Amino acid sequence: MTGYLLEISQALMALALAPGLVGFVRWWKARLQGRRGAPPWLVYYDLRKLFGKEVVISKNASWLFRFTPYLVFSSTLAVTLLVPLIAAPLPFDRVGDLLLVVYLLLLGTFFLALAGLDPGTAFGGMGASREMTIAAIAEPTIALSIFGLAVGAGSTNLGRIVAQTLAHPGAAISPGHLLGFAALFIVMLAETGRLPVDNPSTHLELTMIHEAMTLEYSGRYLALIEWAAALRLLIFFSLLANMFAPWGVATTLTPVAVSVAVIALIAKLGALGLVVALLETRLAKLRLFRVPELLAVSFVLALLAVTSSFLLR
Amino acid sequence: MMLILFLVMISAYLLGAFAALLSGRGAVGRGLVSAGAAVGSAAGLALGVLVIASGFPLTFTSARLLPLTGVALRLDGLGAFFLVVVGLVGCAAAIYAFGYSAQYAGRYSLRLLGVMFNLLLLALSLQVMADNALTFLVLWEAMSLTAYWLVLTEHDQRGTVRAGVWYLAMTHAGFAALIAMFLLLSGAELTTSFASMRAGAALLSPGSRNVVFLLALFGFGAKSGIIPLHVWLPMAHPVAPSHVSALLSGVVIKMGIYGLVRVLLDLMGGGPAWWGGVVLGVGAVSALLGVLYALMEHDLKRLLAYHSVENIGIILIGIGAGLIFHSYGLMTLAALGFISGLYHTINHASFKGLLFLGAGSVLHATGTRNMEEMGGLIKRMPWTALFFLVGSVAISALPPLNGFVSEWLVFQSLLGGSNIPTPEVAVVMPIAVGILALTSGLAAACFVKAFGITFLAIPRSREAEHAHESPPSMLAGMALLAIACVALGLAPFVVVPALGRVLAGLGGLPDTHAVFSLNLSLVAPNNFASMSPTLVALGLLFLLGLVPLVMLIFRVNRRWRVSDSWGCGRAGQTSRMEYTATAFAEPLRRVFAELYRPTKELSIDFHPDSKYFVQSIEYRSEITPWFEKVLYGPLLWFIRFVASLVRRLQSGSVHIYLFYIFVVLLILLLIARWS
Amino acid sequence: MSLFAKIWRTPAVTEAVGQDPEAQVAVVARQIGERARKLFGRSLHIVEVDAGSCNGCELEISALGNPYYDMERFGLHFVASPRHADCLLVTGPVTRNMAEPLKRTYDATPDPKIVIAIGDCAINCGVFKDSYAVVGGVDKVIPVNVFVPGCPPEPVDILRGILSALDRLPRK
Ligand code: SF4
Repeated sequence: MTGYLLEISQALMALALAPGLVGFVRWWKARLQGRRGAPPWLVYYDLRKLFGKEVVISKNASWLFRFTPYLVFSSTLAVTLLVPLIAAPLPFDRVGDLLLVVYLLLLGTFFLALAGLDPGTAFGGMGASREMTIAAIAEPTIALSIFGLAVGAGSTNLGRIVAQTLAHPGAAISPGHLLGFAALFIVMLAETGRLPVDNPSTHLELTMIHEAMTLEYSGRYLALIEWAAALRLLIFFSLLANMFAPWGVATTLTPVAVSVAVIALIAKLGALGLVVALLETRLAKLRLFRVPELLAVSFVLALLAVTSSFLLR
Repeated sequence: MMLILFLVMISAYLLGAFAALLSGRGAVGRGLVSAGAAVGSAAGLALGVLVIASGFPLTFTSARLLPLTGVALRLDGLGAFFLVVVGLVGCAAAIYAFGYSAQYAGRYSLRLLGVMFNLLLLALSLQVMADNALTFLVLWEAMSLTAYWLVLTEHDQRGTVRAGVWYLAMTHAGFAALIAMFLLLSGAELTTSFASMRAGAALLSPGSRNVVFLLALFGFGAKSGIIPLHVWLPMAHPVAPSHVSALLSGVVIKMGIYGLVRVLLDLMGGGPAWWGGVVLGVGAVSALLGVLYALMEHDLKRLLAYHSVENIGIILIGIGAGLIFHSYGLMTLAALGFISGLYHTINHASFKGLLFLGAGSVLHATGTRNMEEMGGLIKRMPWTALFFLVGSVAISALPPLNGFVSEWLVFQSLLGGSNIPTPEVAVVMPIAVGILALTSGLAAACFVKAFGITFLAIPRSREAEHAHESPPSMLAGMALLAIACVALGLAPFVVVPALGRVLAGLGGLPDTHAVFSLNLSLVAPNNFASMSPTLVALGLLFLLGLVPLVMLIFRVNRRWRVSDSWGCGRAGQTSRMEYTATAFAEPLRRVFAELYRPTKELSIDFHPDSKYFVQSIEYRSEITPWFEKVLYGPLLWFIRFVASLVRRLQSGSVHIYLFYIFVVLLILLLIARWS
Repeated sequence: MSLFAKIWRTPAVTEAVGQDPEAQVAVVARQIGERARKLFGRSLHIVEVDAGSCNGCELEISALGNPYYDMERFGLHFVASPRHADCLLVTGPVTRNMAEPLKRTYDATPDPKIVIAIGDCAINCGVFKDSYAVVGGVDKVIPVNVFVPGCPPEPVDILRGILSALDRLPRK
C-alpha cells in the first residue's frame, strides 16, 4: 500500500518539479549571459496563466488536434509512474520496462507530429517532419544504451537496473556504463529539444523543431503540451541520473530513506540542469543536416558501450 | 466438430466460387461471393483456434478425402496458427469486398474476381495443412496462380500487366527452388509424408542440408518479398483490388514465413548458427531498406507494400534469432525468438490488412492513390480515418497496440543474445537491436506522413474535397481488423502461451506455454524483463479520463473559439501552402542520400525580357531504384540476350519445324543406342 | 573555456531593482510585476507586429531583451506565435498591406489580450501622415488599450506603457 502511495506521490512530485527544472535551466542560462533572468518559478506562472486563457483552434483542425494534448500529457505522466525517481523497485516496475518508457514517449511525439500537420500550415508540417526525423535517428542509440544497461543488470526493468548498480558500485565506472551515459546524454539533448539540436528559445519559425509543431496551440492545450515537455526533460534527466548513478534512490520505504532520495534527486537534477545550461551557453545550434552526424556519434558510443560490456563480461 | 468445420470451410469457399461463376454481378451475386468467402474464413478461423486450444492435430488420409492419391492433409498447431491468420484477414477482406467490388461492375470481370478470390482463400487454407511435398507444391502453385489472376483484375491500368509478369517470373523462380528443395529432402519421392521427411532430414549430409537451407530461403523468400527478391512486391500488391492487396500483403507473403518455419525448424530440426545468422541478416536488411524505400513513396498503396517488406524483415529477425539460439541449445530463448516472429506475423496480418483496406476506401472515395492529392479526409471519412489511425499506431510499434507487443518480444529475444557463449556471434545481436530500433523509428515517421498527409489538413484536390465515407460493409471489414489489432495488443497473455504451445515439439522446442507466465504481465524467460500492455492501456485510459476531470475541478478556462490557421497574418490559406509528402520526407532523404542517390532536375523558364521574372519552374527529383538497376538489370539483359538467340530458331515455317523434330528424334535415338 | 572565464569575471549587468541610477526602470519594473501578477499570473507573453514602421521602434523594443533591461526578469517574454501571446506590441503606421494581417493577428490571439501601440506612428501615423500608403493609426484597425508616444519611445517608456495597459484592463 505504501508502495502505491509512494508511486502516486512520485508522479505528483514529478509534475510539481518539472516546470521548476525548466525554469532553473533558463535562469542559469540568463545568469551565464550576464542577465538577472526570470526567476525559476516563472514557468509555474506561465502554466497557470495558460490554463486561464481561452483556446483558439484553427478551422482546418480535426478532433485529433484537440485530443493530442491530453494524450501527450497522459502518456508522459504515465512514464513518471514507471521511472524510479525516488525509490526502486516500484510496485509498477513489472508493468513496464525501459523499452516501454521509450515507446510511450514516442507515442506522444507521434501524435504531436500529427497535430502539427493537422491545421495545414507549413510551419506545423515542417516541425513534424523534423521532429520525426530526429526521433527516428535517435531511436537506435536509445535502444543500444538500453541493451548495454540490460546486459549488465540482466534485465530491462528499471528497478532491477538500479538495484544492480547499487549492489555493484564498481559497474558504474565500467567503460560500458560511461560510454552508454555519454551516448544517452547526446540523445537526451536531441529528444528534449535542447541545443545544439533544437533551440528552445528561438523565435524564428524556420529554425524551430519542437516549437514549430505547437505554434497553433493556445490556452490550456498549450499548457498541457508545455508541461508534458517539461516532464519529458525531467524524465530524461532522472533516467540519466538514476540509471547510471543510482545512489540516493530509496530501496526501503522508511521516511529517512525517502527524504534522502528526494534530496538526492533534486541535487542530481540541479547538477544536470547546470551542465545543460553551460553547454547551451557554449554551443551554437547545429545545422539541421548536421544533427544526424551528432546522433551517429552517439550511436557509435552506444555500440562501443554494448560491445565492451559483452567482452568484459 | 473439427471435421464439420473443415467441411463447412471447403464447401463455403467452393460455393462462393460457384456463385461467382453463375452471376458475378449484382448485389445478390456479390453478396453470395462475399458470404462464401466470409463463412469459409470464419470456419477456418474457428478450426484453427480449436486445434490450437485442444492440441489435437487433425489428419485426413487421402483415400477418405479425395479420389486422388498422393494428397495428404494434416493440420497441426503451426498450420492451425497460420489458418487463423488466413481466416482473420480473409473474413475481413471478404466482408469488405461486398462493398468494394461494386465499383468494378461493368468495368472488369467480377466473375473472375469472385472465383479467384474464393479459390485463393481455399488454396491458402489447405496450404497450411499439406502433409507431403506433392500436396504442398500443388497448392503452392494454385495459390500463386490465383493470386496472379487477382493482381491482373484491373488489367487495363498502367503497370498492371508489367507487375503481373514480374510477379509470375519471381514466384516461379522461387517455385523452382522449392521443387528442388523438396526433391532433396524427400529423396526424389514427392509423396513421402512430412513425417518421414523429418526422419530423413537428419540423415542428410551437412552439405546437402546447407543446400536445402539456401533453396528454402530463396524459394520462400521470393514469396515473402525479402530483399533483394522483393522487387515484384511493391509493383504487384498496389495494383490489385484493395481487398486482394490486404490478402496478398497480410496473408500470402506469410506463407513464405510458414514455409521457412515448417522446413527449417520442423522438417530439418534446426541447423548451424550461421543459418540463423543469414536469416537474421536478411531480415535486418529487409526491415531497414523496406522502411527507407517506403518513406520515399507517395503512392499510398506502394508505401504500404514496402512496409510489408519491412515487416517481413522484422519477422525474420525474430525467427533468425530463434534459429541462432536453437543451434546453441538455448531452447527457451529459441522459443522466444520464434514466438516473437509468429506473433509479429499475425500482428502484421491484422494491421497491414487493415491499412490496405483503409487505403482501398481512400482510393474508392478519391479515385487516386497519390497522397499528394489527398488531405482533409478525416472530416469527410471519419470512420475510415479512425481505423487507419489504429493501423498506423499499431504498425509504428507504439504502445499499447499489437505492433508494440511483438516488437518488444523481438527486442527481448535479441537482448537474450548475451547468453550466447561465443562473443563473435553475440555481437550480431546489438547490431540487430540498433537496426530494429531505427526501423521502428522510421516506420513511425513514415506513418505520420501517411496518415497526416492523407487524412489531415486541407484537401489537396477536388476529388479529396468531395470524398465520401465508404459503405457499411467496407467499414465493417475494417472494424473487424481494427478490433483484432487492439485485442492482440491487449491480450498477449493469451497469445504468447498459445504460440508456445503451437511451437512445442517442432525441432525439439519445449512446450513453453508455462514459461511465459499467464498473469497480466508478459515475462521474458529467466525473468529478464516484464511488461503488461493491458495495464498500460488501462493506465493510459485512466489518465486520459483523469486529466480533463482534474482540469474541470480546478476550473480551467473551457472557452474555445474557431479561427483561421495562423499563417503569419497572410490572407487566405490554400492547400498549396501545406507541407507535402515529398517535403515531409525530404530531411530523411538527405540523411540517407547515399542510399537513395536522388537525381535532381531543375529547369526555370525566365521571362524573355528579364531574368527576374520567372514564368515557370519545373523540378523533378527521383530516387534511383538501386536493386532494379544493379541486380536485375544485368539479369534481364542476359535473359533478353538468350531469348534473342532462341528466337533465331523460330521462323514460322512448318518445314523447318519438321526438320527440328527429325533432328531431335535422331539425336535421341542415337543417345538411346549408346547408353 | 575562455568563454566561461569571461562569464565568470563579468557580473550581471542588468540594472538591479531598487538601486538608483535610473530609478524609473526599477519602479516601473516592480509595478509591472505586481500588476501583471494579478491579471496574467505574472507572466506576459508578447508578440510584436510591425505594421509598417521605420524599424526605429523595433530597435528600442529589442533593447528590452538585452542584459541591461532584461525584461525577462519581470516575466515579459517574446513568443513566436500570437496563439501563445497575451499582448500585441504594434509599431508603425498601419500600411494598406499590413491592415489585414494585423487584424488577423489580433483575431488569432486568445482572450484575454491587450494591445499596445508603440511610437508616434502607431498613434497618428507620425511622419507618414497623409501618405497614400497608410490606413491610419493602429486604433483604426484593432482596439488599442494603450498608446506609447515617442519617436521612437525609450525602452523604459515601453515598459511603462505595458504597465499602464495592465492597469487599464478591467479585472476579470
Ligand atoms: S514612431 Fe518613429 S521610430 Fe517608430 S516607426 Fe514611427 S518613425 Fe519609426
